[in-house]
Amino acid sequence: MTRRLLTGNGAAAWGARLARADYIPAFPITPQTEIIESLGQWIDTGAMPGRMVTFESEHSMITAAGSAAATGVRVFSATSSQGLLYGMEMLYTVAGWRAPFVLVNVSRGLASPITLEPDHNDVLAARDCGFLQIHCATCQEVLDSILIAYRLAEDPQVRLPVIVNLDGFYLSFTREPVELPDVQACANYVGSYDAENVRFRASAPESQAVAVLGGGPYSYFRYETQLAAMNGLAVYDEVADGFAQVFGRLHGAVEAYRSEDAEYVFVMMGSFATKAKEAVDQLRNAGWRIGLLRPRLVRPFPAARWSELLAGKRGAAIIDQNLSFGMGGVLHTEIASALYGMNAVQPVLASFVGGLGGRDISPQEFFEMAGVIRDAAQRGESPPPRLLYTEDELREVRKLQAVAQVEREELAKNEPKG
Amino acid sequence: MTESQIRFRRMKDLPSTHLLGTGTPMCAGCGGLEALHEIYDILGEKTVFVNAAGCMTLLSVYPFTPVRGSWLYTAMASAPAGAQGIRDALDILLERKAITAEEDLEVVVLTGDGAAYGMGLSATSGAMERNLDFVYICYDNEGYGNTGQQYSGATPHGARTATSLGSHGFGGYKKDLFSIWAAHRPAYVATVIGAEPLDLARKIEKARTLHGPRMIIALAPCPTGWDYDPKESVEIGKLAVKTGVWPLREYIDGKVVHTKMPHPRIPVEEYLMRQGRFRHLFEPQRDQQLLGEIQQRVDAYWSGIE
Repeated sequence: MTRRLLTGNGAAAWGARLARADYIPAFPITPQTEIIESLGQWIDTGAMPGRMVTFESEHSMITAAGSAAATGVRVFSATSSQGLLYGMEMLYTVAGWRAPFVLVNVSRGLASPITLEPDHNDVLAARDCGFLQIHCATCQEVLDSILIAYRLAEDPQVRLPVIVNLDGFYLSFTREPVELPDVQACANYVGSYDAENVRFRASAPESQAVAVLGGGPYSYFRYETQLAAMNGLAVYDEVADGFAQVFGRLHGAVEAYRSEDAEYVFVMMGSFATKAKEAVDQLRNAGWRIGLLRPRLVRPFPAARWSELLAGKRGAAIIDQNLSFGMGGVLHTEIASALYGMNAVQPVLASFVGGLGGRDISPQEFFEMAGVIRDAAQRGESPPPRLLYTEDELREVRKLQAVAQVEREELAKNEPKG
Repeated sequence: MTESQIRFRRMKDLPSTHLLGTGTPMCAGCGGLEALHEIYDILGEKTVFVNAAGCMTLLSVYPFTPVRGSWLYTAMASAPAGAQGIRDALDILLERKAITAEEDLEVVVLTGDGAAYGMGLSATSGAMERNLDFVYICYDNEGYGNTGQQYSGATPHGARTATSLGSHGFGGYKKDLFSIWAAHRPAYVATVIGAEPLDLARKIEKARTLHGPRMIIALAPCPTGWDYDPKESVEIGKLAVKTGVWPLREYIDGKVVHTKMPHPRIPVEEYLMRQGRFRHLFEPQRDQQLLGEIQQRVDAYWSGIE
């Protein structure tokens, strides 16, 4: 086992290499590109067996990922943001093929306005497509989760593709010490891919992904996918435990940080949750009984686990780095629906939206949110949802608008008359 | 004489056993299905069809299929990318000796003109530029047939479609997909039609023995979309060739060759008058100007060739 400094993208590439991916359909997009560049270089220099093909779009890339997996090889691919959405039709389509592979998404905010920095609207847009989802907060977790994801995806009870998500910039380009697990131990853990009957062979003609007529057969196949996804809950625990036994790192479906005796918890996913951890430590020093719960497994959603983890809490501040326009934070809705009717005494939930397009969430804001949830719990009623934004930020935007206005007026003055 | 001509000298050399099953939901008299029957008999059952959304998607409806080989439905835009994934995966398995050469398959894209001329063109171009070893079959019925024949990039000038109902029909011109494909310099490009089975067989046989992108456009007379009696399909197909509307040609080694010269070339209105989609050119009165223009464009095409 060796430790080296790796970016999140570097860790993702190592994950694919250690999982011995056979085939990598690719398409460049910021902030993901370093992943396919690393894999391409390894393949070109012979450091890694396998084949990489750059397609003309993510739509084609995901089609090829699905069809190669449906032919019986192990597939890895990666994308981000607009790319994930450009391929959205095929995300839904290939999930229905029940051809397992792993797709890394490097989260980045969606247009409009176009931006490069992260939030989770891209990956949550893929929430309902049939891909399972694992969300990471550290570079180590990215590497480990890819290995775990292959076990989950290829399990005969599941056989669905899996998205492993990491945040653009904050993880993709941040170097952290990462333990590179032993090559042979990884090979033993992931095993070889047994395609069973999902494959194309001359001696065994197979029609895959054919059309259906009517709601009966359609519902049959859609329900099959639902049952397979739900099987993923138990399979995930099993393969994550197996990983912990071999490699000594347990990546549970939900990370619980100092939450056992907590009255209040922050709920957050992705790398920004490490900021929440820091805030938890500081608040604990100031006498708060507060913790953090971080969803790693988002699909399938471990609703019963959430109900257990939140039982007896007075309040939970759910901080969404995404925004479903006309409703609010997606994670807030998911947690609320997991809790409804489950326990006699429910924690008060407070919804916050922040960190959009890479906007920072400061320690002061975490303290403020803790205060809001404590007050709400005392009153016994949920506060209205809040969109995190400071007066300073608003003033900065006003300044930009003022500059633009001045420039426009200046240009208008110099325009030739007539 | 080329090898493919030697195998198919005359009609009686054509395969007598037919591989594609019957009882499909295709319309009676479907010119696309006619061409596919003939193509499949030559390509054989060691094939996997990678299908794009279109009429032929309904060939395989769970749990039935008329194909003896394999099939994968993808989506409208990305069948060539689906073909690439299968081809690459089979190559990886062959290299690793995980499968024997006997288990290998010819990967065949099956797509309509709606996908081929429009939404799927980018994926098709990509597959050609990557020199994908595959066969591509476009059944071209000159409109979005499966949705009721709206005009597409393949619709000819003047044709009435569900979205060009005016007195002059479709105002645009049929895109020259053959030349767009040939500009990529793939291994092979050919136009075929089911009504000329010998020409079709020779071309598919040639495609079968080549490697790289082998691109086929089959004009597909369409009784429902073109508005004629299904029994006329073969006759209309022959007229498309005899009038010079559908040049039978192939591109190979950088050269375009016409494989069947329409000689004598008969007036284009012989072809047009048989189809309801062109009836407005003859009734209630003759549209001499539009008929003249259509004839002129066909004449201009052949003027450098005949």
